[in-house]
Amino acid sequence: MYYKNINLHSFILFLCLLLISCSQDKPVGSNYQNHYDKEDGGRLINAMTGEPSNLIAMIAGDSASSAIANNIFNSLLKYDESLNYAPEIAESWNISNNQKTITFKIRKGLYWADGEKLTSKDVMFTWKLVTNPDTRTPYASDYQLVKKASTPDPYTFKVTYEENYAPALDTWTSLHILPKHLLRNEDINNTYFSRKPVGSNYYILDNWKSGQQVSLTRNPLSINGKANINNLISRIIPDTSSQFMELTADNIDLMNINPIQFQRVFPSREDLRDKIDLYKELGNGYTYLGFNLKKEPFNDKRVRKALNFAIDKNEIIKGVLLGLGEPLSSPYKPGTRWNNTKLKPYPYDSNRALTLLNEAGYKKNKDGLLERSGKVLRFEILTNQNKQREMTAVIIQRRLKEIGVDVSIRVIEWASFINQFIKTGDFDVVVLGWSLSLDPDQFNIWHSTQQGPGQFNFLGYENKRVDTLLERGRLELDVSKREKIYHEFSDILLDDSPIVYLYAGYGLSAINKRVRGIKRLSPPAGIYHNSYDWFIPKILRRNEISDN
Amino acid sequence: MKKFIGNSLALAGLIIITIVLLAAVLAPFIAPYDPNFIDIESILIAPSYNHIMGTDGLGRDVFSRMLYGAQISLLVGFVAVGISTGIGIILGSIAGFYRGWVDSFIMRIVDVVLSIPSFFLILAVIAFLTPSIWNIMIVIGLTSWMGVTRLVRAEFLSLRGREYVMASEAMGSSDIKIILLHLLPNSMTPIIVSSVLGIASAVLVESGLSFLGLGVQAPTASWGNILTDGKEYIQFAWWLSLFPGLAILLTVLGYNLLGEGLRDILDPKNK
Amino acid sequence: MITYLIKRILWMFPMLIGISLISFFIMHLAPGDVTSTEASFNPKASEESRQKLREIYNLDKPVIVQYGLWIKRISQLDFGNSFASHQRPVLWQSKDKNGNITKGLIQEALPITLLINLLGITVIFSISIILGTLSAVKQNSWVDKSITLFVFIGFAIPGFWLALLLMYWTGVSNQWLPISGLHSLNYQNLSLFGQFTDLMKHLFLPVFVSSLSGLAGISLYVRNGMLEILNQDFITTARAKGLNEKKIVFVHALKNAILPLITIIGLSIPGLIGGSVISESIFAIPGMGKLFYDSVLMRDFPVIMGILTIGSVLTLIGNLIADLGYAWADPRIRKGITK
Repeated sequence: MYYKNINLHSFILFLCLLLISCSQDKPVGSNYQNHYDKEDGGRLINAMTGEPSNLIAMIAGDSASSAIANNIFNSLLKYDESLNYAPEIAESWNISNNQKTITFKIRKGLYWADGEKLTSKDVMFTWKLVTNPDTRTPYASDYQLVKKASTPDPYTFKVTYEENYAPALDTWTSLHILPKHLLRNEDINNTYFSRKPVGSNYYILDNWKSGQQVSLTRNPLSINGKANINNLISRIIPDTSSQFMELTADNIDLMNINPIQFQRVFPSREDLRDKIDLYKELGNGYTYLGFNLKKEPFNDKRVRKALNFAIDKNEIIKGVLLGLGEPLSSPYKPGTRWNNTKLKPYPYDSNRALTLLNEAGYKKNKDGLLERSGKVLRFEILTNQNKQREMTAVIIQRRLKEIGVDVSIRVIEWASFINQFIKTGDFDVVVLGWSLSLDPDQFNIWHSTQQGPGQFNFLGYENKRVDTLLERGRLELDVSKREKIYHEFSDILLDDSPIVYLYAGYGLSAINKRVRGIKRLSPPAGIYHNSYDWFIPKILRRNEISDN
Repeated sequence: MKKFIGNSLALAGLIIITIVLLAAVLAPFIAPYDPNFIDIESILIAPSYNHIMGTDGLGRDVFSRMLYGAQISLLVGFVAVGISTGIGIILGSIAGFYRGWVDSFIMRIVDVVLSIPSFFLILAVIAFLTPSIWNIMIVIGLTSWMGVTRLVRAEFLSLRGREYVMASEAMGSSDIKIILLHLLPNSMTPIIVSSVLGIASAVLVESGLSFLGLGVQAPTASWGNILTDGKEYIQFAWWLSLFPGLAILLTVLGYNLLGEGLRDILDPKNK
Repeated sequence: MITYLIKRILWMFPMLIGISLISFFIMHLAPGDVTSTEASFNPKASEESRQKLREIYNLDKPVIVQYGLWIKRISQLDFGNSFASHQRPVLWQSKDKNGNITKGLIQEALPITLLINLLGITVIFSISIILGTLSAVKQNSWVDKSITLFVFIGFAIPGFWLALLLMYWTGVSNQWLPISGLHSLNYQNLSLFGQFTDLMKHLFLPVFVSSLSGLAGISLYVRNGMLEILNQDFITTARAKGLNEKKIVFVHALKNAILPLITIIGLSIPGLIGGSVISESIFAIPGMGKLFYDSVLMRDFPVIMGILTIGSVLTLIGNLIADLGYAWADPRIRKGITK
């Protein structure tokens, strides 16, 4: 009979013991305002919602894997701050006169993290791997365009394309070069290397606690020299509200935040602003409303343009993004040369919308809805489980209702969305986004030959002039000529209106003030571009006696 | 009746439920705003004179959404429980009355369905179809009939041996008559109690599904999705968490108190 | 009774096949497969590679053929490899030719979930027995009512709401407990005892939140059980004999009230391997709930089937124990079965 009482007592005692925890030493508030010179060492902790699956980027499909892999591996080229090509493994490159051959000169004195020399044989090996039909990579197509590759000497890598391929250099910025000496006898699809990689970049994998965190430490043999911060830890925290709590409790140093946290939560909390800085920069993607061009009435250009006028994009940017986004008139990032500044976004003009719809044969019926030949203008917006897209759809629904269009909304889980609706062409209208590469080529999305199941012209867009432009854009290596091609492409696209550009959202980051060296004014390549140069002054570091 | 009033907890439960029911029924009349009225100028306003429960991320009035949300919560509860209880009564009576291999067969089906985690079934249906309110209700109903079946069966098995049943059989009454007139009415206690408790569960399940993004979809308001929308700024927009959280808490509490209270009152075994 | 037992055990085999068949088909009802994941919408990714992947995983074959292949493998206790996690083994670790060990998915997720569930059950049962007994002994007093109210509130609070509120209170406003995760950053450097306390600190909130909702059911069960027993003749007799009241309650009555709890324990067995995906997401705990949920969304069939198989075996065993418990406890049902 006594044991039950003891049970309760010891349990309470246990609880008390748990609650007595030693608090971590945290830096004092005033230290955050001081200026500090660069110091070596320290540990940066960030959070990820998903876990990486495979650190061999060509095989992994998910962003968590490539985010980590980017710290471990290098490509032949990279982009510099201003988004120009810059050397990485290759110190220089030369394009032949016929524009079909690129000769890369590899830097001398480069090593892998295990001490082996990095030479052109590794580049060749990597190219062979990615173009091998047995390698389970979705990204082979760009590299398969190389009809011949050779390594005349250990520091030269030469590729010859069948035809001029303007996006070529861009493709070489994203192929992580892999070590031949470690992978030559491995099955790349099943190798343990994917969990214990050896690379050449600033960091090496220190520890990967499955499901919990990935820890990277500095690579002393890094081809670009030592990074300042010694240890990068990515904690896997699936829920963003938990991430935010960890940020405010000073357990993580940086995270992506949403517009409300940026515009409303932080401004109201001085205690947070004392410790954490906010950054915003335009991302590389945009959100759009896409019409199924094979379905009535979206095959009618007047209807599409009318709906474009009937949607108030500024309202969406204000309501969904709290102003943290920009309207678009072409499928390119504002501020880059590919963006045609002569084009203006469709303004919100409901009268013009109604006029166009009347021209197309729609008249308001007795219920106030627009009708043509007995059919009411009614459709369903489909989108996936994304808060911002849902809110956008709701705002669009309201605006279209005002001019007499009946819109319903359906939110579907991603895999079902792709398979049941997109692939089969069984949809009216979608709200989706594109995340684009830095090369202006958009062949896969807009060319009329890309309409097969599983391909990306799922809206069914066909325009002969655009086809020609897209084909020419791939062949034209001269930058200013290319610019003209894509400007004209954007012009036609805007007029045809197969999609309604909704917004290009800002990427919003909250970074603890202990992290120094971040460029306040974000360069074109973004604030994360010089992350290897960031540092954490000793006095602001967390209590790390036991670690080093 | 006197016993009911004497049992203060059950009474409290009843009062809470009545309030929620009234809120749901009267929503179209007492809601100050259209629950779907978007007002970009009034995003995330704290509770104030114009908006007694504040506004949400699109400027919609939370109080109005809460009232309409009550409709959703109750609808989900009633329909889901209706389905599960209906199935449970039918299967449980058959199993308990006929016993033998019929009983074994039905109980094995119960085992099979129980083995597949209800969460998986719910997820499967909802994720793969649209997370519409009807799918949610049907699926919750289809995954919670097992308990009722067991209860009804247990009651029938134990009542089977009573004299009045045997007398009825001797007189040649049809099976259905015996089930409906004698056995079922005497088994009502656990059925009623489990139904009431089932409503409470259904409300909680809906809020959990909303957390995963699979609950009632935008723009329809439900307590679960108001709560989920606000979870990222729980420190800032406390009203988006407090009101729906309390509403769910009180409603579920009310049903549980009522259910347990009924069990106390109706069960002849208790003194 | 023995025949009943044997019959039940024999039934398990066809039932397992039935369950796996149903689960397999439900899984395939879902549109799409593992190749339809997020990356599939990268304009750089090609359809041919997805098609190739489908062939390797046999996803292009008819469902019944896929089922046959799976049954063949599972009968040899080979749970296969995950589609979505790049061939990591579903159940147990595998060694490659160089001796590198890749841990199995269930192997990693199950211990954490088991730990949380076992801690939870211990907490629930111990506290419920106390609360239920108190309630029964002081029936209808304010003690009884407050306890009932308390456990009901525990059941009624939406779990994720409570979790977020508590995390905020214990982790942000006050730095008493960690907010999320399983281990602190310096875990490796702690002593064994330090590691133990660290783990307990991280598990405190998850266990607390999940136990809270379980308290209501069990304490009421104990309360009602105790009430029923306390009204029975043998208790009246004991009282008449002049035995100590405390002894009567805590020894004689409680002993009899706890027996039916076996039923509940039986029914809890399948739940032991189930994690709450909501709780695990919020607390960043890599357990079975998250594993299962992610697998469903990624259409990772081997993992889904692996978890369902283990779950169904445990459920069948648990149900058998529960039914035996019912029969033992309630002689009326025992008669009903054996008649």
